[in-house]
Amino acid sequence: MPASSHPVLETENLTIRFGGHVAVDSVSCRYESGSLTAIVGPNGAGKTTYFNMISGQLKASAGQVRLFGEDITGLSAPARTHRGIGRAFQLTNLFPNLTVLENVRLAIQSRRGLGLNLLTRASALGSLIEEAEILLDRTNLIERAGETAAALPHGGQRRLEVAVLVALEPEVLMFDEPTAGMSADEVPVILDLIREIKGDRTKTVLLVEHKMDVVRSLADRIIVLHNGALVADGPPEEVIASPIVQEAYLGVRSGHA
Amino acid sequence: MLNALLSGDLPRSRGLTLILLAILVGLAFAPFLFPGTRSLNTAATICVFIVLVASYDLLLGYTGVVSFAHTMFYGIGAYGVAIMLELWPASWGGILLGSLAGLAVSIALAFVIALFSLRVRAIFFAMVTLAVSSAFMILASQLSGLTGGEDGLSYRVPRELGPAFKLIDTEILGVKVDGRLLNYYLVFLASAGLVLLLLRFVNAPFGRVLQAIRENTFRAEAIGYRTVIYRTIAVCLSAGVASLAGSLMAIWLKYTGPDTTLSLTIMIDILLMLVIGGMGSIYGAVLGATLFILARNYLQNLMDIGASALGDLPLLPALIDPDRWLLWLGVLFILSVYFFPSGIVGRLRAGR
Repeated sequence: MPASSHPVLETENLTIRFGGHVAVDSVSCRYESGSLTAIVGPNGAGKTTYFNMISGQLKASAGQVRLFGEDITGLSAPARTHRGIGRAFQLTNLFPNLTVLENVRLAIQSRRGLGLNLLTRASALGSLIEEAEILLDRTNLIERAGETAAALPHGGQRRLEVAVLVALEPEVLMFDEPTAGMSADEVPVILDLIREIKGDRTKTVLLVEHKMDVVRSLADRIIVLHNGALVADGPPEEVIASPIVQEAYLGVRSGHA
Repeated sequence: MLNALLSGDLPRSRGLTLILLAILVGLAFAPFLFPGTRSLNTAATICVFIVLVASYDLLLGYTGVVSFAHTMFYGIGAYGVAIMLELWPASWGGILLGSLAGLAVSIALAFVIALFSLRVRAIFFAMVTLAVSSAFMILASQLSGLTGGEDGLSYRVPRELGPAFKLIDTEILGVKVDGRLLNYYLVFLASAGLVLLLLRFVNAPFGRVLQAIRENTFRAEAIGYRTVIYRTIAVCLSAGVASLAGSLMAIWLKYTGPDTTLSLTIMIDILLMLVIGGMGSIYGAVLGATLFILARNYLQNLMDIGASALGDLPLLPALIDPDRWLLWLGVLFILSVYFFPSGIVGRLRAGR
């Protein structure tokens, strides 16, 4: 197979066991450049665990994660970040006592590999700050750039989480329930950002999401996890209509759909 | 200019600026403002401890790493100079070689400790540093051929740093311009330089990563920082600066022993100074060290004056009897930690 035919991201028989419990069971899936794949499934289906194995927070018990055809299963989380896997977390995961600007600036600084600079003043590296301000402007956070991340309301913290992810300029962007706990008027800001990323058609987006209207409007493809196994994979309408999804997921959680 | 010197990290509070200026002026002109052997000794001790506490702040305040080995590195720097001056008495080469040897040993030892224990968990690092520094303390007192054992080492510093040396014959403001004065300014300038260097480290991109690690290690990893590397470098830098502080103390005191450099009491003092001054600001180290050492050296005198002023009153003179100074020092610490949980610097900056 020529190198160009490799998908951007691929998991092959990816499995993790906690003691006797198989949390993710041999999931094989390919993600093509420019695609947006939604990963759905009931709580406890293994979606976040699957994400953690791709971005490197958890070590797979078996199987492989490949980025552009290269096996990255043995790499640490920071090494994967530098190769282009970016992750936004389900539970807001920021630097709470640093400023909103600094949260984004640190991500840009990491991408540019400047972290080990001991003798330059960080405040003198103006281009990093300008870049961070542009991103904060896009996420409607610029007015609060000087406040601590902890001072932001929940929706603001979710937006900051996305701003940090975008600041890393990853090839693969992984969103874990980006709109969870957001008020109705805050959701569009995040969705527009994801739509904008998708519109570029150069990035690969993975999205864990419970809200079915969000999934329908964004995804090119849906995969369904149930008890750690991949049970359905295909275009949104087809997957949502399939009996296995109706029973395994939507039937159980119709209140949320 | 000032902004560059302070690495853009201005005090950001009028009160803090005034206090820092007062400390700076007080230390810079100490030989003239407070003449006398005892006060000059206090001033030099403050200078060295500011460096020592600030370098500990790099670890505890900025990186969130707890270490009990800070006095060990301080001691290595001091013993480096002491041993070299034993070999080559009163030589500048001994001072230089001793400082550099201490620096190299400290950084190497810090690197090995960090390498073996930081990968696991932060608490494990604290335990390992406690064990290694205890072992080092015993080693220093047992290897008496090299270190002078419990008695320590007394040695001669270069003539230019002793009271017998006269730079100029005339007195300035009634103070003799002798080697003792030169020695003080060596300590003062080196300390000021080291504090500014630490200030640069913490305000450089590297220092920002340290703060990120302290805030949320998991997240720092997720945005691409290999935290173990950053922590290891922080441990080595902090050890190196502590070692240089020890070398300065050895030059000033002309004596190095386990009690003045290695004891766990000093380790606890460093912790107290940092907590009182305020962690994670470097300036907290300046305030904490100054206040602590002043209180330790002069509280007794103050109480003596107070007690005799109260004369024949019942109970009160007994309460502030100079013999109870440790009790009052303790009360002061408890009060300051209670009322300023984020340290004096944190309080001043919040109240601007």
